[in-house]
Amino acid sequence: MATPEAEIIVEDPTAPAANSPSVVATRTVDVVTSLLLLALAALLCFDNWRTGIAWETDGPQAGYFPFYLGVILAGASFYGLITSLATRTGAAQIFLTRDQLRRVMQVFMPTLLFCLFTQWLGLYVASFLLIAGFMRVIGRISLWKSLLSAFLFAIIMFITFDVAFDVIMPKGPLEAAFGY
Amino acid sequence: MEAFGLLLHGFAVLLTWKTLAVMMVGLVLGIFVGVLPGLGGPNGVAILLPLTFTMDPTSAIVMLSCIYWGALFGGAITSILFNIPGEAWSVATTFDGYPMAQQGKAPEALTAAFTSSFIGSLAAVLLITFLAPGIAAFALQFGPPEFFAVYLLTFCSFVGLGREDKHKTIISMTLGLLLAGIGMDTVSGTLRMTFGWNELLRGINFLVAVIGLFGISEILLTMEERLALRGHTASISLRVVLRVWKDLPRYWVTLLRSSAIGCWLGITPGGAIAASFMGYNLAKRFSKDKDSFGKGRIEGVFAPETAAHASGTSALLPMLALGIPGSGTAAILLGGLMVWGLNPGPLLFVEHKDFVWGLIASMYLGNVVGLVLVLTTVPVFAAVLRVPFAAIAPMIVVSCAIGAYAIQNAMFDIWLMLGFGVVGYVFKKIGIPLAPFTLALVLGSRAEDAFRLAMIGAGGDLRVFWSNGLVGSITTLALILLFWPLIGPLFERATRLWRPARGSRAA
Repeated sequence: MATPEAEIIVEDPTAPAANSPSVVATRTVDVVTSLLLLALAALLCFDNWRTGIAWETDGPQAGYFPFYLGVILAGASFYGLITSLATRTGAAQIFLTRDQLRRVMQVFMPTLLFCLFTQWLGLYVASFLLIAGFMRVIGRISLWKSLLSAFLFAIIMFITFDVAFDVIMPKGPLEAAFGY
Repeated sequence: MEAFGLLLHGFAVLLTWKTLAVMMVGLVLGIFVGVLPGLGGPNGVAILLPLTFTMDPTSAIVMLSCIYWGALFGGAITSILFNIPGEAWSVATTFDGYPMAQQGKAPEALTAAFTSSFIGSLAAVLLITFLAPGIAAFALQFGPPEFFAVYLLTFCSFVGLGREDKHKTIISMTLGLLLAGIGMDTVSGTLRMTFGWNELLRGINFLVAVIGLFGISEILLTMEERLALRGHTASISLRVVLRVWKDLPRYWVTLLRSSAIGCWLGITPGGAIAASFMGYNLAKRFSKDKDSFGKGRIEGVFAPETAAHASGTSALLPMLALGIPGSGTAAILLGGLMVWGLNPGPLLFVEHKDFVWGLIASMYLGNVVGLVLVLTTVPVFAAVLRVPFAAIAPMIVVSCAIGAYAIQNAMFDIWLMLGFGVVGYVFKKIGIPLAPFTLALVLGSRAEDAFRLAMIGAGGDLRVFWSNGLVGSITTLALILLFWPLIGPLFERATRLWRPARGSRAA
């Protein structure tokens, strides 16, 4: 193969293996989602029924539209539930393998922690912790690179949003110590 | 030519250093967004939207639309050099683009991709320039019943013509409409579906939902896959550009066909993805040498790219003229317009001439500047992919959070974003389409208002939707489209019965 130009190669050592065992089948997720949507539809329908679903002389009451949308949602979810329970072919389809679950959790858990930390420490400190931690622990990037990129990113974001564009982000004790 | 004069006026609005600088920044950010995995046009625009909150509306929309053009350009880079479509609408570009790169013809492929993107956009912008004012002027006669009929048509065509399972499209759409209804009812002032929860009084913000659904969920999906990549670098020399451009006239049929397909699919809710595949397939079907497609034929790059860009750009036509977005990204731009207090729709052409024509002029200028920019800076953007995903992923998460928070200064919105991220992840994996959801969320309250205003005007009489020829035909068309999956086969059977009777059926 003629490749006159240099190539860019990026490796992924922790990639999920292709033969990793299944955690959950697509059909199961289909069924669970349909049930959740049905429950949501029932809840919303009930609330709108309380608001009023009658048709007055000048048109529908506030709850009219959402009530019937809820009914349609329930109908479509019910149909989805029946079809996914009835089909045999989809049963073997994998929704998520164990390796994939591990990788997804590797992003989801830090994101969850980041949201929690934002509440207490402010967004900038939380984002420093998220980026540095993620690069170091999950990306196995050297410590100084992780710390430096996280620090630079947080500072650039702070200057762009809080200083230059007046878009105020949640702040915590650290920013307070600097008088912001 | 009134449009021409107004367009010149638009250029005058645009040609200030500040606007040009904003344009460049938007394009560069857009190309980044297009190149990086786990970010796409819709999310890029949604995340960067808060940056524009303090700008004047014209600069803001110029920046946002340039992010959009940039993302359209950027998707081609990874498709050709790495065989990784940065965007779904670039998948068809990989068929011939990557083989060309493997044969050492990456510069030609890239030049072809960028040039045809430019041509596609140009065709669509011309269409917008000359068609949008007319449609807007026509739509000025619309009252609430007509507007509701048009919204109904949009929703119904999604359900009837979409290729996903019908019940999944309906789930997605009704869910979006329901969430749009949360909070204060604008007509009667009653609270709906808030369950006494103060955070829900504001309603669910469309942009927060979009950032979660597209941004966060995309990160989760990207991590599931193997992230190793191997690709080529390329820099484009002037000689290559001129050589490709000299050959361009030979492919005029392909370019024209793809532009037409793109414009059509962009206006109707079909989208850039369908357009790019259709452009590619038709080019292949009409070609004399079908077998050379997929092996690095330059026409196989021209066709999908032209169609994708024509469609991405023309999606802005219904948004500007009627207030109905033709694509996910157009829906987000529409959300942006509403944040600045501009009400998208026909009145925009009357009340905010500067803004509308500034935007249309920026489409011309943005595409020219974008073309020059990508042709000269490809190596830089290709190198961005060397940055490990472990460094990019948390930065995208932070950007999403900033974007979600900034819209209403609410911590609750960050949690909402995370929730929508999980919902988007699950929905994408089980095949529930997100586009109807986005569209329903942004149009939901407008559609309901239109319906109820029409009802108040008509004293609660549903026949108002058939009260004149215009509204009657739109409503009827909407219902036909909704039941098309049932009507279509009947129609087909009828024609099949008809044909043998005429004896024209060949065996």
